[in-house]
Amino acid sequence: MATSQANVFTVVSKFYDEYVTTTPQRLKIIDAYLAYIMLTGIFQFGYCLLVGTFPFNSFLSGFISCVASFVLAVCLRVQVNPQNRKDFLHISPERAFADFVFAHIILHLVVMNFIG
Amino acid sequence: MAGESNIRTALSNPAGWQSLLSFSILALAYLAAFSSRLFAVIRFESIIHEFDPWFNYRSTHHLVNYGFYNFLNWFDERAWYPLGRIVGGTVYPGLMVTAGTIHWLLNSLHITVHIRDVCVFLAPTFSGLTSIATYLLTKELWSQGAGLLAACFIAIVPGYISRSVAGSYDNEGIAIFALLFTYFLWVKSVKTGSIFWAGCTALAYFYMVSAWGGYVYIINLIPLHVFVLLLMGRFSYRIFVAYCAFFILGLLLSMQIPFVGFQPIRTSEHMASAGVFALLIAYGFLKYLHTHLSSLTKSEMRSLFFFAVAASAAAVLMAVVYLTYAGYVAPWSGRFYSLYDTGYAKIHIPIIASVSEHQPTTWVSFFFDLHVLVCTFPAGVWFCIKKINDERVFIVLYAISASYFAGVMVRLMLTLTPVVCILSAIAFSNVLERYLVDDTPKVHHIEDESEDDEEGDKRNKSKDLYDKVTKTAGKVRKIRHEPSGEPESLGGNVKTIVVMAVMMILMMFAVHCTWVTSNAYSSPSVVLASYNHDGSRNILDDFREAYYWLRQNTDDHSRVMSWWDYGYQIAGMANRTTLVDNNTWNNSHIALVGKAMSSNETRAYEIMKALDVDYVLVIFGGVIGYSGDDINKFLWMVRIAEGEHPKEIREGDYFTPQGEFRVDKAGSKTLLNCLMYKLCYYRFGEMQLDFRTPPGFDRTRNVEIGNKDISFQHLEEAYTTEHWLVRIYKVKKQDNRVRLDHTVRKTDIKPKTKFTSRKSGKRKRGFIKNKMLIKKGKRPSSKNKKPSRKTSSKK
Repeated sequence: MATSQANVFTVVSKFYDEYVTTTPQRLKIIDAYLAYIMLTGIFQFGYCLLVGTFPFNSFLSGFISCVASFVLAVCLRVQVNPQNRKDFLHISPERAFADFVFAHIILHLVVMNFIG
Repeated sequence: MAGESNIRTALSNPAGWQSLLSFSILALAYLAAFSSRLFAVIRFESIIHEFDPWFNYRSTHHLVNYGFYNFLNWFDERAWYPLGRIVGGTVYPGLMVTAGTIHWLLNSLHITVHIRDVCVFLAPTFSGLTSIATYLLTKELWSQGAGLLAACFIAIVPGYISRSVAGSYDNEGIAIFALLFTYFLWVKSVKTGSIFWAGCTALAYFYMVSAWGGYVYIINLIPLHVFVLLLMGRFSYRIFVAYCAFFILGLLLSMQIPFVGFQPIRTSEHMASAGVFALLIAYGFLKYLHTHLSSLTKSEMRSLFFFAVAASAAAVLMAVVYLTYAGYVAPWSGRFYSLYDTGYAKIHIPIIASVSEHQPTTWVSFFFDLHVLVCTFPAGVWFCIKKINDERVFIVLYAISASYFAGVMVRLMLTLTPVVCILSAIAFSNVLERYLVDDTPKVHHIEDESEDDEEGDKRNKSKDLYDKVTKTAGKVRKIRHEPSGEPESLGGNVKTIVVMAVMMILMMFAVHCTWVTSNAYSSPSVVLASYNHDGSRNILDDFREAYYWLRQNTDDHSRVMSWWDYGYQIAGMANRTTLVDNNTWNNSHIALVGKAMSSNETRAYEIMKALDVDYVLVIFGGVIGYSGDDINKFLWMVRIAEGEHPKEIREGDYFTPQGEFRVDKAGSKTLLNCLMYKLCYYRFGEMQLDFRTPPGFDRTRNVEIGNKDISFQHLEEAYTTEHWLVRIYKVKKQDNRVRLDHTVRKTDIKPKTKFTSRKSGKRKRGFIKNKMLIKKGKRPSSKNKKPSRKTSSKK
């Protein structure tokens, strides 16, 4: 028991150390943004549980906009990460960011239509 | 000098020639697709065909007249009489909006086109665009040569033409274009892994959702593709980015269509995509951890990794099952469940089973619709599997699932057709690559192949227009080039023979496609045509005759009852309120109409009074031998009515004791007295079609009818068309005084004397009874015992 717990703890702390030292600044910014979006999403969902889903389309549009922002930021992070360079040979980080903005334009137009 | 050499280098620039050839071949394919669909317009006129397109046309007309928001909020009270229909929420608006946009665009450029012409020619236009989308998709999958072949195939293949002729203004006309374009963008996203292409895929998916209910196929095939790639161990971050971006944007976009509403998060049909989304995120996250925790031993990490992935997959599955069980997620709807369990619809939802397009496909229709492509299609699948990569997994999955669905339902041959064209093009392209040129440089090779296709397509196009078979020997000799002189394993003769054989097969394919289009798929269904011995044409325009009679001779608010097949046409051409139409959303209402048609006149009159029916319309084919009439559909009416009213209607009552369905003297009494029988055969017993057959001989069933003596109490005949095809009856108001139907009372009181009349034909002088005869001077005779009151006075 103790050894497995110790194992889990060491793994987590090792992971944290490695994360802090090896990830570049860009990715840390994106990770902070991801954490913020997740908090927003949790708050929205908690509000829905408290108050109910009456204008269901409004709840859905808000919640899905959080999830979509999260997912698109994760995709951006994956594309910008220098470790994944071989997967994305033709996509420079600038192109990745431009695609990210394009997807967000579509997302926000649709959310504005759906929010009712 | 320098200019001349410049021109020479420009002319010999191979890339330039290549793109010029591709462009011209695609333009020719577009023209071939467009013109091959115009048979019905040239033979008859520019008219909307069939049944469903009439509703689409009516909605587009409403959109053009009243504007987009009025169309989206339209409540139609002239359909489904007492109930009405919320059109905005029960229709896929893509088709109407596309036609409306084109109409608005052309009119704003002052090209005044009527909306009817836009609707009639929309499908051929989009079929040309479909061939371009097929070219793009096949180019991504294989090569440009295969792409050009695929474009030419899909331009003329009958399986697609059947639903996209000029005049067939239906969802499938634009949906197949949207389907192929979405698939092309998806393959492009998987190949590049860019969010831009995934976003474009989501937008194309949105167009597909607005166009057709078959979008469920896309939203299940793409997750299946991703899942199979995960199982094959081909996960890469490209797929992760492409699918996640596509899914989340597509989900939000698909909920913008009012008809779809909240279904994407509430029904089982969409749960697969959400499940794969969750699984993919879990997989990606675990892979990210994997790359970071490289300090631990590899094998331990790997087993932990597999365990974690399997656990997350199981968790997702459990969650979906729990949600379905708890009722948060609706189970598979009847329409889609019947694709899995084919016997389901016949028992539970007879309406779905009765549609002729939902019957299982026969072997004949595969060959009829696809000709030689259905034979070369498995070869294409094999080539794709042999040289597998991420996008070819997709096309193989598409091929397998489409083959299954096409076998279940005739209507779904349409989704099989594009993948058959693509894979056959790949097979043919491989064959031609091997046997045309083997070892010469690649540039030369593509040029020859494209030139081949251009010639082949030019010849195909001329066949489309002139429709004759010509020998091909001269043409083939012109394009075949000499072998380059290097020693090859196959001699030049063998290659020539193979190429010639392939060319002949392709020629026959083109001829077959044009013949099928001309004979089988170009009939407007609103107008019937038959050909006499000398080849002249005899047009039967009874349907329109009847609908226009209704339009001009009945009150604007009158209600017409007919079987649901004709509802859209009556609403579109006659502009009258109908009770049931092709939308078939309310089974109980249709069962009421079926019950009215199957009961005797009194019972039917009660139902018709309750529904405020003014006119009844039936289709009767006995005079001309038309086999799609209401008597042939009658058993479906009985079955649907029996489904809702099993105590009053029993299907067995309408058969003879031996189990046959007969309309002659041996038919069952219930059948011979039901309303449908009487409506169809009223006064038909007096009609003798020719001297060889007795009066009342039904040409469709080839029997003499049983009940010739038909009279109505509550209906009267309003109109019968020239060839007795459409018969319209008016429902009379109820009588003022109901005739009492009782027998004369019998008593046992006998009269005292039998009364005999003294009135006779002979002219007799009247006389007085017991008259006294008095002679002057004589005593009255003693015979007269009774003194009469009047004494005679013979003075």
